[in-house]
Amino acid sequence: MRVKRFIPLAAFALLALLLFKGLSIDPTALPAARLGQPFPDFSQPELLTEEVIGASALQPRPALVNVWATWCYSCRVEHPYLLALATQGVPIYGLNYKDESEKARQWLSELGDPYRLNITDRDGTVGLDLGVYGAPETYVLGPDGVILHRHVGVLDEAVFERDIRHFFTVPGRLAQASTQEGGE
Amino acid sequence: MIPEIGHLALIIAFVFAMGLAVIPMWGAVRGNSAALNLAPTLAMGLLVFVAIAFAMLAVSFLKDDFSVAVVAANSNSLLPAIFKFSALWGNHEGSLLLWVLILSGWMAAVSWFSHGLPSVMVARVLSVMGMIAVGFLAFSLLTSNPFERLLPNIPLDGNDLNPLLQDPGLIIHPPLLYMGYVGLSVPFAFAIAALLGGRLDASWARWSRPWTNVAWGFLSLGIMLGSWWAYYELGWGGWWFWDPVENASFMPWLMGTALVHSLAVTEKRGVFRAWTVLLAIFAFSLSLLGTFLVRSGVLTSVHAFASDPERGLFILIFLALVIGGSLLLYAVRAPTVASRINYTAVSRESLLMVNNLVFTVSTIIVLLGTLFPLVMDAFSLGKYSVGPPYFNAVFVPLMALVMPFMAIGPLSRWREDSAARWLHELLVPGAVVVVFALAVPLLFGGRFNVWIALAVLLSGWVAIGVLKDLWRRLGVGSGYGLRWQTLTPSFLGMATAHLGFAAVVMGAVVVTQLNEERDLLMEVGDVEFLGGYRFELTALSRQAGPNYMADQAVFEITQGDKPIATLIPEKRRYFASGQMMTEAAIDGSVWRDLYIALGEPVEEGAWAVRLQFKPMVRWLWLGGALIGFGALLTVADRRYRRQSTVKSAAIAEATGLAG
Amino acid sequence: MHRLLCALILVSSSAWAVIETYEFSSPDLASRYHQLGQELRCPKCQNQNIADSNAPIARDLRVVLYEQLEAGQTDAQILDFMVARYGQFVRYRPEVDRQTALLWWSPLLLLVLGGLGVARHFRKKEHYPDQRLTAAEQEQVDRLLEDRIP
Repeated sequence: MRVKRFIPLAAFALLALLLFKGLSIDPTALPAARLGQPFPDFSQPELLTEEVIGASALQPRPALVNVWATWCYSCRVEHPYLLALATQGVPIYGLNYKDESEKARQWLSELGDPYRLNITDRDGTVGLDLGVYGAPETYVLGPDGVILHRHVGVLDEAVFERDIRHFFTVPGRLAQASTQEGGE
Repeated sequence: MIPEIGHLALIIAFVFAMGLAVIPMWGAVRGNSAALNLAPTLAMGLLVFVAIAFAMLAVSFLKDDFSVAVVAANSNSLLPAIFKFSALWGNHEGSLLLWVLILSGWMAAVSWFSHGLPSVMVARVLSVMGMIAVGFLAFSLLTSNPFERLLPNIPLDGNDLNPLLQDPGLIIHPPLLYMGYVGLSVPFAFAIAALLGGRLDASWARWSRPWTNVAWGFLSLGIMLGSWWAYYELGWGGWWFWDPVENASFMPWLMGTALVHSLAVTEKRGVFRAWTVLLAIFAFSLSLLGTFLVRSGVLTSVHAFASDPERGLFILIFLALVIGGSLLLYAVRAPTVASRINYTAVSRESLLMVNNLVFTVSTIIVLLGTLFPLVMDAFSLGKYSVGPPYFNAVFVPLMALVMPFMAIGPLSRWREDSAARWLHELLVPGAVVVVFALAVPLLFGGRFNVWIALAVLLSGWVAIGVLKDLWRRLGVGSGYGLRWQTLTPSFLGMATAHLGFAAVVMGAVVVTQLNEERDLLMEVGDVEFLGGYRFELTALSRQAGPNYMADQAVFEITQGDKPIATLIPEKRRYFASGQMMTEAAIDGSVWRDLYIALGEPVEEGAWAVRLQFKPMVRWLWLGGALIGFGALLTVADRRYRRQSTVKSAAIAEATGLAG
Repeated sequence: MHRLLCALILVSSSAWAVIETYEFSSPDLASRYHQLGQELRCPKCQNQNIADSNAPIARDLRVVLYEQLEAGQTDAQILDFMVARYGQFVRYRPEVDRQTALLWWSPLLLLVLGGLGVARHFRKKEHYPDQRLTAAEQEQVDRLLEDRIP
């Protein structure tokens, strides 16, 4: 009979533990729904060459797919770091999301182009299939074309070192590793 | 100078609160009446200094003192004065100060109106409330100081108050809501004091009742106003979103409803003792939980203050101490002898037991729905969302479940009653309501709608119960004339609140079922028909306000050839922040609202417009107002005032005999 | 800083009503559009459905919703489409499955438990003596009282 009186306290203790855990969780963080799935195929023109490409053109892998646009302020902020990564040998493909191609080309010529390829996504259909909900976002594409990770927001050194580095081999050997794996 | 005075006053208030938390409680333990009697004085001191701090902050806002961080973040020189004042509580730090001010106010009220109570009880009650004040003042001073300065680089002007908050709604909604939230600390304190004193008979319930009713009444009004404010301010005519912050205010209300009824049973019959104590603890705990949810960033909400996990941790620790402490006290001190079950399964007690059950289950469900995303995330089971479709699906049936009992309740007898008598009392009125329920939708809506019929049935049933009770009390047809004196404020308050509830249900169902809306492109000269009304866009213009520029559209509304209204919805751009805001235009009446909101200009001279016809939507808030005022009315009852005259008479007699 | 900026933008974007004018090929589609617009959550916003939000992604999703409805997709298919891309997060009414069992079954479970508790409470009454007197006891009382009458 006495034990019954402690039930409310016990229930509250559980609640408090839950809330404590909750303090260390970010409620706005949304992992990609496509995690573990192959990059959705598409058929869009490349930004600079206007040649129509699909998901199979995203080689070598592993690589980053960066969602960006000229209307996105944060994309400008992360741009220098992307250039730095590109010079280190990290393959980066761009998804020019809901943007005007001419403005995009101008932007790249002014600020530098870290992208090996740039997918033009004028109306956001590729982004929709991917689960993009804003810019900038960066996806990690695995050697077999599977999406391994998504980062929402500005990509900087801290984020790369903490969350993304381990998907890549040592940068100097990247070119070697990807030609070895080749294929799909 | 002024912010420094305010800061100092806040610190002194903290000292008073500490004194209040310790001294009277010690006095109660040791039987030291000097220490006990210090409680009212300390409470007054607390109020005075919190009020000074509040006043200093208000002056800072009104005088555009941008060296004070919260003023710079939330105000602007162009802001109208009344909003400069209310911007004080439109942010985390300032609203905390409002919380503490209102808490101090309640403490002062308790010390003024408690002449009939044993001083030990009063001392314990004020002490417990003092402990709560210590927590909030510490939180304020240590993590969220409203008097933080931006020296030496004082900004030239402020960031401006969010345009959504530049509205009369901001002036009344938070204070009313806080009156409710904070007011629930009074029954909480009484419950704790009763547990501490080991005296859990009917007396603590009797003393708590008026306080609980007032707090619950204010909470009802606060929630109702929040709903109305969202309706006319946000531009799409919604009135409840089951947003975590809204739920944070709704859960204490649900628990408070159970508490209000349970206190009545404990007072009158001495039963449900453990239940009522627990409800009192839970109601205020949910208020505190609400404070946590809104300010910690644990849940996403449009209403939440800027979140800060560090502050969240502080509140959580405070929560753990207060709620954990009180539940531990309950576990140890709750009545070990269960109340004698001196009632049968068919009685007013059992009906109120059902009431307790339904409202407790409702509270748990709302809590579960609100926290479910967090639970799933904490166990890495994925990111989920729980929103209106879920809540409506589970909550509505619960309310429908309790309504049949609401009509019988007022008519029922304590201790022992008979189902046969209930049947006898309510069969004829019930049949009338059923016929009415079937007929009304056809009369008004034109088409039979099963939900509306159900709503009319349940609401009508509740109304019938109230009317039957009224009839019986007045002694209609007894041949002795009408017994008006039986219509005590207590009864009238209950009747008003129950009718208000029925009105809310009616309004909610009708507006959900019969709402008509149309999104379309309109140019000057275009006409649209909706809900039997003719809407014509007659002009487009621009208009400047004190701190914004507005695009206006003028609509003429007629019904047949009768002019109904001219509505002018606006699209405003606020200068200071550059933010855009829609101001909907509403023509309201008891039976329907006509609601127009502007979208965006599609091309020169053409705007996207939303027209809405919302039948009986005002019943929601009229009902809410009835609930709130009904609750407030109950405390005017003579029996709460009789106490002091009886006591003074007794004293006079006693001293006369002794002398 | 960016967070703050985004937060501000989010707040301001929620401040105006979202009004788009779609032509539906049937009124049934229009009502399904309204309903689904309230069932789907805007992935980016601070707790808003796609019908009420003015965020770009919400607008895009509304267009997708419109197109899918006109293309004859069922409600279930549309929801699955959205979930495949944005996760369960985007549904305001969680799917009823083993994971969400706690959420969906609690209301009924709680009511039943409560009801059982109430039933047990009233059955306990048998342990307390009936407060009404039996005929024999009543007679005894009467006799005792009679003795007292002078």
